[in-house]
Amino acid sequence: MSRLIGEPLPRVDAPLKVTGRATYAAEHRLPDLAHAVIISAAVGKGRILEIDSRRALGEPGVLAVISHLNTARLPYRPHKGWIDPTVGERLHVLQDDFVRHWGQPVAVVVAETLEQAEHASHLVGIRYEAEAPSFTVPDGESIEPQGGYPANYSRGDADQALATAEHRVDCTYLIPRENHNPIEPHATIAQWDGQRLTVWDKTQFPTNVAEELAAVFGLERANVHLICPFVGGAFGTSLRTWPHTTLAALAARHVGRPVKLVLTRKQMYFGTGYRPETWQRVRLGAHSTGELTALKHEGIAETSRYEHYIEGLLNAPRFMYSCPHVTTSYRLVPQDVHTPTYMRAPGAASGMFALECAMDELAHELRIDPVELRLRNEPKIDESRNVPFSSRSLVQCLRTGAERIRWHRRRAEPGALREGHWLVGLGVASATYHTLRNTASARVRLRPDGTAVIETAAADMGPGTYTSLTQIACDELGLPPEKVQVVIGDSNLPRVPPHGGSQTLSSVGSAVLAACLAARSARQERAHSGAIAGSEIVATETSQPGDATKRYSMHAFGAVFAEVMVDVDLGIVRLAHMVGVYAAGRIVNPRLAHSQAIGGMVGGVGMALLEETHIDRRDGRITNANLAEYLVPTNADIPVFDAVFLDEHDPHVNPLGVKGIGELSYVGVAAAIANAVFNATGKRIRDLPITLEKLL
Amino acid sequence: MRPVSYARATSVAEAIAALRAHPDAAFLAGGTTEIDLLRLDVVRPNALVDINALPLSRIEDLADGGLRIGALARMSDVAEAPAVVERFPMLMQALLLGASAQLRNMATIGGNLLQRVRCSYFRDVASPCNKREPGTGCSALDGINRGHAVLGTSDHCIATHPSDLAVALIALDAVVRTEGPRGARAFPIDEFFLLPRDTPHLEHPTEHGELVVAVDVPAAPIARRSLYAKVRDRESYEFALASVAAAMDVQGGVIRAARVALGGVATKPWRARRAEQILVGAPAQRDTYARAAREELASARPRQLNAFKVELAQRAIVRALETLAETGGPQ
Ligand SMILES: Cc1cc2nc3c(=O)[nH]c(=O)nc-3n(C[C@H](O)[C@H](O)[C@H](O)COP(=O)(O)OP(=O)(O)OC[C@H]3O[C@@H](n4cnc5c(N)ncnc54)[C@H](O)[C@@H]3O)c2cc1C
Ligand code: SF4
Repeated sequence: MSRLIGEPLPRVDAPLKVTGRATYAAEHRLPDLAHAVIISAAVGKGRILEIDSRRALGEPGVLAVISHLNTARLPYRPHKGWIDPTVGERLHVLQDDFVRHWGQPVAVVVAETLEQAEHASHLVGIRYEAEAPSFTVPDGESIEPQGGYPANYSRGDADQALATAEHRVDCTYLIPRENHNPIEPHATIAQWDGQRLTVWDKTQFPTNVAEELAAVFGLERANVHLICPFVGGAFGTSLRTWPHTTLAALAARHVGRPVKLVLTRKQMYFGTGYRPETWQRVRLGAHSTGELTALKHEGIAETSRYEHYIEGLLNAPRFMYSCPHVTTSYRLVPQDVHTPTYMRAPGAASGMFALECAMDELAHELRIDPVELRLRNEPKIDESRNVPFSSRSLVQCLRTGAERIRWHRRRAEPGALREGHWLVGLGVASATYHTLRNTASARVRLRPDGTAVIETAAADMGPGTYTSLTQIACDELGLPPEKVQVVIGDSNLPRVPPHGGSQTLSSVGSAVLAACLAARSARQERAHSGAIAGSEIVATETSQPGDATKRYSMHAFGAVFAEVMVDVDLGIVRLAHMVGVYAAGRIVNPRLAHSQAIGGMVGGVGMALLEETHIDRRDGRITNANLAEYLVPTNADIPVFDAVFLDEHDPHVNPLGVKGIGELSYVGVAAAIANAVFNATGKRIRDLPITLEKLL
Repeated sequence: MRPVSYARATSVAEAIAALRAHPDAAFLAGGTTEIDLLRLDVVRPNALVDINALPLSRIEDLADGGLRIGALARMSDVAEAPAVVERFPMLMQALLLGASAQLRNMATIGGNLLQRVRCSYFRDVASPCNKREPGTGCSALDGINRGHAVLGTSDHCIATHPSDLAVALIALDAVVRTEGPRGARAFPIDEFFLLPRDTPHLEHPTEHGELVVAVDVPAAPIARRSLYAKVRDRESYEFALASVAAAMDVQGGVIRAARVALGGVATKPWRARRAEQILVGAPAQRDTYARAAREELASARPRQLNAFKVELAQRAIVRALETLAETGGPQ
């Protein structure tokens, strides 16, 4: 049997997806299904004075208008899922008259049809006592985040080293709020059977949905069942279990029927997280030969008033380059908003934008080629932990990328390359994302007919989990893909970590590997013992990371090169080419990896040039909460990208030797583009997105 | 979505009568604006009269060499029509640079001219908006107004007219033909769009039940060398930050005739007559274009976030005219 790991196996679920037979959360059919529509608060802060449902209730088909006025207080037992912020408490919905952010759910209308529910929702009269919400990043009162990434880090004395540095740069970077905007909207169908609750809910973390609903409604965990075989993109927005899932279950209980609740595109901007707005200041000190002597990186991010969302904004600066004197400080500013959440490459995408732009500024100041500057600061070990890297191929990535984009064309002087009215510029940035692995379980059933079923509570939001797990199982069991069925997306299956942070293959893949090994030896034993074949062999294994994380610093690395064209009069920025070179351990499926990398790079283009959630600070409303005005790149904006993976062998990260690639490919893109824009125009744009008025 | 009655009209007269019978009824063409706003609760018709079965989708030659484009012709069909491609390239480009392929396949010429503004406060019923609810105020004046207009604005409304097509048509002196309770009427297209003044809820001179049946585009040899240039944040599926429809006749280095119209910067499709006056008779060179552009934008009234449009529009005009002078347009 040929090995499938490393082969470009097409997605095993592709036929289902392209023929419309893959069933997404909102598509499950249940008899007697009612439809729920959320009414969102139309003030940014305040109290609800009155909810007048009379007109709505008089409309045909309307079953209920549910609000804090007519629903019981829910138990809301303490529950901290893996991805819930450690400090604070989730938003409790329909439990009081307080409005904490614009768009907060304040009522739910349930009707026989979606149209009836939508229409009735417009007829509910709500009066508020409004207060002015506050939006004060970065100057507002800040707090030191607790529980997780350090608020303060230092080695050496960065202030002193900066004061005496031969060369310095000191720059401030702003990144606006960004929303995930997957194509599939959040959706939940909830069905009660006495004290048992079944939900079909879009999620990246099946077991958490069941656990959270059990906590919110005070149920036995075993009585809640989540089913979600397919996810139509998520980028992190479906890691947490958000209020609408509770609302669907609440509505179903209220009307005594199964209820479907689908968020509108607009509602996806008011309650399902976002990448927080950040302010960053980076100060670098260096010798004229390029070696860094000091690095001081400060970051301030928004969070809600009821939870402290934290992310690894300033992780990379601590180990990315060799530097004796490093300080990072991370603060949060609570605002009248809902809680931010992980969005593809959380923390790293924002933090590395600032660091990699600052490195470019330093290169320009020192008149050293930006690739060369990075090579000169390549560390031998992770200097923040004094341990070696399990593997680190940044240098090879930079060299390979420089060759592929033909970096030699780049002129150090900005504005030197021109084609007609287009100024041409080249830019580079490094990328990194930490390699995660957590405890995961999987079950393998070897059936008498020679087929195998792999079961695990993982999810597949698009990277191809179905396919990569199939490949791993095929190789271990010696079966062709047609004989292996992967079953995921069900909270009753063996537990795994959330499908985020690029850890699914490293964690779940390792568990599948272990379970397959166990099943194989059970099969051998059975063969030796001469027992009659005929019954199923079942093996369940849990795979845990060992202590390698203590001995090694584990990260994937990459280098992004962008070639941009900037219209000299009109300020329009267009991508001419982009090369992403990644070293991320073993690549299980080059076709899937390539598609992941391209997707990440396109996401980075959005971050660089287009994406920004517009918040009207007078009242907190978001004015571009739709896909016509929240701009993401279209096909026409994206030329052919060159994404390559270098061979990298890493025996330490996990049994498969894989590192994540989903987040990695998002990192560095915005910086590479911003640096290319500088190279084209001589203008440093330090606040994203780089829209044309900033270049006029 | 609110409950609406639906009827399919089989003749123009029937369509008009159906609307006259219902003060709250609306015509339904491609539905790409109407259904969108209906679901957002921004427009509140009780009845939709589907006009898609009416015989109004032909593109015919006029005796003078111009074209008559039926109100129900789809954007994509008009963009591909050989007569349009040859005689009115700016029209073809304005259509192809608008919306997305899927929308263009649905959207009609009449619907395009009558589409509503994209101001996000207009499209959000929770916001005060003089256009949607006269007298409630304009949220955009001091709000997120990056996309809003700098020309033709008033203290009551600064919403940009969104149509690309209309910009090309206004440069071409098109005529909008209607049929309604008062019989057939014809409006020079400039008069078909009203400035907001203190009545931003009034957008057209037509009355309830008046059906656009066709748009006449008179012959214009100058338009054979014309272009539509659209500046926007992304390459596709996006409204203009500034756009220019232009045609120019240059002989011996002197501009004999010029047509210039602007989109993305004004409350109505904007014929740049001041610029045209300066261009005609002047040497075909960058200085001239820049002066014409400057004078045209002299009356601009920017707000906080859209101030860049004053400069951007001028540069877009200069670019369009330079391109025409260099290449003679996209022949
Ligand atoms: C996401 C998005 C992006 C877009 N981008 C662009 C763009 O870049 N450039 C651009 O120009 N446009 C753009 N559009 C707008 C699009 O072109 C219009 O929605 C479309 O042209 C409307 O035509 P329709 O046939 O669908 O009209 P409908 O939605 O059916 O009708 C629109 C309005 O006109 C009325 N109406 C329709 N036909 C007639 C008639 N014959 N007589 C009288 N009244 C009539 C209707 O009652 C309604 O009020 C975009 C639209 C969307 C949704
Ligand atoms: S600009 Fe016009 S459409 Fe927009 S809010 Fe003001 S009045 Fe309404």
